[in-house]
Amino acid sequence: MTKEVLQPLARPVAGAGGSTGTWRSQRPLLNKDKCTGCLLCWIYCPEAVITREDRSIDYEYCKGCGLCARECPAGAITMIREESGHE
Amino acid sequence: MNSISAKLTDLPDYELIQKGTGACAGCPSPMGLRIVGKALGTNAIMVMTPSCAVASIGMMPKSCYDVPTLNVCFASAGASAAGISGALDVQIAKGLIPGPKPVVFNWVGDGGTYDIGFQGISAAAERNDDFIHFCYNNEAYSNTGVQRSGATPLHAATTTTPSGKNEGKKNMPLLMLDHAPAYVATASIAYPQDFYKKVAKAKEIKGFRYIELHAPCGPGWKFPASETVEIGRLAVKTGAWALWEAEEGRLTISRPTLQLAEGKTKPSPLADYLKVQGRFAALMKGAGKEQAIAAMAQSIEKELAELLARSKR
Repeated sequence: MTKEVLQPLARPVAGAGGSTGTWRSQRPLLNKDKCTGCLLCWIYCPEAVITREDRSIDYEYCKGCGLCARECPAGAITMIREESGHE
Repeated sequence: MNSISAKLTDLPDYELIQKGTGACAGCPSPMGLRIVGKALGTNAIMVMTPSCAVASIGMMPKSCYDVPTLNVCFASAGASAAGISGALDVQIAKGLIPGPKPVVFNWVGDGGTYDIGFQGISAAAERNDDFIHFCYNNEAYSNTGVQRSGATPLHAATTTTPSGKNEGKKNMPLLMLDHAPAYVATASIAYPQDFYKKVAKAKEIKGFRYIELHAPCGPGWKFPASETVEIGRLAVKTGAWALWEAEEGRLTISRPTLQLAEGKTKPSPLADYLKVQGRFAALMKGAGKEQAIAAMAQSIEKELAELLARSKR
């Protein structure tokens, strides 16, 4: 058994607050045809779950706050009800 | 100084926030920290006093913050950051650690800035200690269940002012400006590019720097998570929150606020800002509503005029 020194240190890693996607009651859906790539959703996302390159959303951690849909000037993101749990 | 590009396509990729934080959905604190991370880069040390930002870190042994983060006691933001910054100076001078010196910054709420932390921050500003103090101002002690703070505005309901606060807020950014530090700025979560530019500018300045970020809090102000940015924007458009910066004491009003102060744009009706927040529900239903709102709008007008006069000094 290797001896590890236990330190009161936390390390940066995704999911420090758990799989926060399970908090979601609504899911943002991106319509890529409508997206103009203005990147407002990317900059406003509090969780950094939207990728700048293709605006794909990480549903593992997206909390479903709806800010991206609210701020999208092209109306390319819609919030839909989460039906039966999460994958 | 070279002009700083804040084009969204040009902003650095770096994410200070690791997704899956413990923050509420729609929280302005990680939103702000993402911008701070992009502007300051990885060579930084963050200091936090008790606040939502600490509660958001997540569960041991994980952290959602990518830079070294220290949790210090409530009153000590000014002293702690000053100590870290001073120790780094000594270590670099002695050759114990290589440079360049990390940017030391506080990420502290309005409780830790306006009230409990005020003495230490005032002292650090007076000593011109080399760090940036960020106050993310959600206008209450949101972390402990939304009690009133020195930043809570007039008429806002909190758990300790259930029928609305009877007093106005302090003007902390102007108080800091009167300490004559190297840089003071106000920003809003709704204007991320303006915030980015101000942080990037502050990074290049040595000495005490103060940046206050207006940060609407859904659970505290009683609005849906999706409205954080819109409410921040309304605060600026109504004049309830003023955007400005001051280098070496010279105050410059930032564009959206300047338009209002110079009368080039009419402020949005204050009622539009108040009616979408549950914390003003008692005010909006009360008999003296019209009078109260008119008085608030008048005091905003006065504040903008004073700011404009100061910018011309």
